[in-house]
Amino acid sequence: AMDTDLSSQDRKDLDKFIKFFALKTVQVIVQARLGEKICTRSSSFPTGSDWFNLAIKDIPEVTHEAKKALAGQLPAVGRSMCVEISLKTSEGDSMELEIWCLEMNEKCDKEIKVSYTVYNRLSLLLKSLLAITRVTPAYRLSRKQGHEYVILYRIYFGEVQLSGLGEGFQTVRVGTVGTPVGTVTLSCAYRINLAFMSTRQFERTPPIMGIIIDHFVDRPYPSSSPMHPCNYRAGEDNGAIYPSVEDSQEVCTTSFSTSPPSQCVFTVTKAHFQTPPPVVTDTLKVPVMGLAFSHQLSSSRLSYQPAALGVGSADMGYPVLFAGGLNAAHPHQLIGPGKEGGVPPIPSQPAHGTQADQERMCTPLDGVHYSAATPSSSEDTETVSNSSEGKCGSPHDILETIFIRKVGAFVNKPINQVTMANLDIPFAMFAPKNVELEDNDPMVNPPDSPETESPLQGSLHSEGSSGSSTGNTHDDFVMIDFKPAFSKDDILPMDLGTFYREFQNPPQLSSLSIDIGAQSMAEDLDSLPEKLAVHEKNVKEFDAFVETLQ
Amino acid sequence: LPSPRTSRRGPPGAAPAMNCRAEVLEVSVEGRQVEEAMLAVLHTVLLHRSTGKFHYKKEGTYSIGTVGTQDVDCDFIDFTYVRVSSEELDRALRKAVGEFKDALRSSGSDGMGQISLEFYQKKKSRWPFSDECIPWELWTIKVNVVNLANEQERQICREKVGEKLCEKIINIVEVMNRHEYLPKMPTQSEVDNVFDTSLKDVQPYLYKISYQITDSLGTSVTTTMRRLIKDTLAL
Repeated sequence: AMDTDLSSQDRKDLDKFIKFFALKTVQVIVQARLGEKICTRSSSFPTGSDWFNLAIKDIPEVTHEAKKALAGQLPAVGRSMCVEISLKTSEGDSMELEIWCLEMNEKCDKEIKVSYTVYNRLSLLLKSLLAITRVTPAYRLSRKQGHEYVILYRIYFGEVQLSGLGEGFQTVRVGTVGTPVGTVTLSCAYRINLAFMSTRQFERTPPIMGIIIDHFVDRPYPSSSPMHPCNYRAGEDNGAIYPSVEDSQEVCTTSFSTSPPSQCVFTVTKAHFQTPPPVVTDTLKVPVMGLAFSHQLSSSRLSYQPAALGVGSADMGYPVLFAGGLNAAHPHQLIGPGKEGGVPPIPSQPAHGTQADQERMCTPLDGVHYSAATPSSSEDTETVSNSSEGKCGSPHDILETIFIRKVGAFVNKPINQVTMANLDIPFAMFAPKNVELEDNDPMVNPPDSPETESPLQGSLHSEGSSGSSTGNTHDDFVMIDFKPAFSKDDILPMDLGTFYREFQNPPQLSSLSIDIGAQSMAEDLDSLPEKLAVHEKNVKEFDAFVETLQ
Repeated sequence: LPSPRTSRRGPPGAAPAMNCRAEVLEVSVEGRQVEEAMLAVLHTVLLHRSTGKFHYKKEGTYSIGTVGTQDVDCDFIDFTYVRVSSEELDRALRKAVGEFKDALRSSGSDGMGQISLEFYQKKKSRWPFSDECIPWELWTIKVNVVNLANEQERQICREKVGEKLCEKIINIVEVMNRHEYLPKMPTQSEVDNVFDTSLKDVQPYLYKISYQITDSLGTSVTTTMRRLIKDTLAL
């Protein structure tokens, strides 16, 4: 009875609308996670392939994946189309960030006009999707991707799986459109315990954070479809050019537009990674770690005890932020080939690697061209807008100072230096670096006293040869050695600035470290028999004392 | 967050003589963030309230042009919004927002004001009466301008205002999704009573922007904002 109310033409139209709506939804979501600004042009006259009167590009690979997932079906009750967005670090660890769900429920609106009202409302819903994809936390993360992590997408069809989002995920509804066969609903569920990491983590300010244990849980469902990177092609052997999007029959014929579709040809230049990109496998395994991370939020420091490695308490001030520009000697220290478990080598990138990555940060889709090849089309080649902006930053802009801890006299000195990249833990880059060796410790080997050059001195010598004698120009000025009283120290002469910088982040006292505590407890235990023997000897004295108390 | 006030739905097709949907949004921003915050909200509303250009053909059918969109990064707020790709529309909004910002600034350092975006229909009247403008949707953005003391507070403000704007966008989308009254699609002779057909690449519903500067509340606003920021800093 339900279907007889709908004319067969209307039914066909409706099915076509929903199918293309699903495909456009996927395009909008994936494009919003490419890591760059999207820009399309308005056109007064329709071109016939602009579904829902919106200029949304079709990335052929994405359409291909969507069609594969749908396998000729349409969203229906219990059969939802989901786009999963996740983050994958260069170490190979991944985390689900969002699930976008296109669902259909049973609530029907029989009165509504398909070719007119439903179509326009689907168009409105796509506009809402454009707006909403920029306001979930993953957006800002995706804008900063490329160097230490990438954003991946996966499309699946069937039951919605939200368990990978961690606890307390939030939902935002994009909108609904009633149709005679059901109500289309579009929503997004997103992880929130990443939200506070999103902007702070990748900028200068030291965040207060802990690593959430549930990141390390094995996925309950092996991915039934492979993950795909949002902004680069995984491996050149996938380099097939995908078939053009629209058959000549799949024109968005509505009562509005009539011109024939245009074809899209998609070419991509080679991936910008210098090292092979992380391997994308069908079943993603997140390594379950034997290391425990403990949060010490009260002291606002991230601390961990990697008992397996026997390193001393590494209670550090601030976690190391990203490698780009951090360590001049190894600018790409944390980038290694993707791996699941095992210690990655630390390649030192050649100079041109820096160049490529720098390009990548700012213009990730440099080589992408979308060209309309139809003779009748007036649309020229359009490039996806690449504007490199200050915020993007080259790798060297990210951090200018190297975080170095100087070990003080009473601080428990570590035995050897361990770089976090060597440790086989997920999200190792989020964890703090260890201290340096004793040799570099200025408390042990103080640096040479810096030349105390008066700032006045430089300005006295005129640049040009003015003819005046150089020896006499500073007669009017008295040279002062700038040595502020409180920083003057015979043992450790240094200027104020250096003094301030070096003592700005004092390391924790060894007496507060658990290892020392453990050590002294061991000593206490050892000395117990001795102490007991002494007490035994003096038992009579103790008894007498107790008597006096009563 | 003030809950949006909505009026009851009028009969479809009838001019909403007395019904006008009204939504109110409030933001607290630093002086230099005013323009971008206003543009973000206004453009998001207009994205939903603009179509492609209509081209009427014989037999009463028409084709609709294509609306392009683009991302805009804010310079003073950690935020990106989407707007329709129309330089004319962007210019018109920037002009209005610029005037609003100047008015706020000249009213004193602790300013309060509101900017309104009204969608209306024109109803032709017989001579000697002039055409009526009947509003069917009104968006009001109330703005508190705060002054911050140092760079650290400004950095926090960048992020906080960015998060607040995210909430506003979600609110706007919620309203849009209610699919309440929209003017009927007009015939060729009526199109100028419903849409602004003066732009060459997009066609928004007829709209007008107005603003008013309200009395400054003095230090109380700044104190509240400062306290909010200080609480965040204390963590």
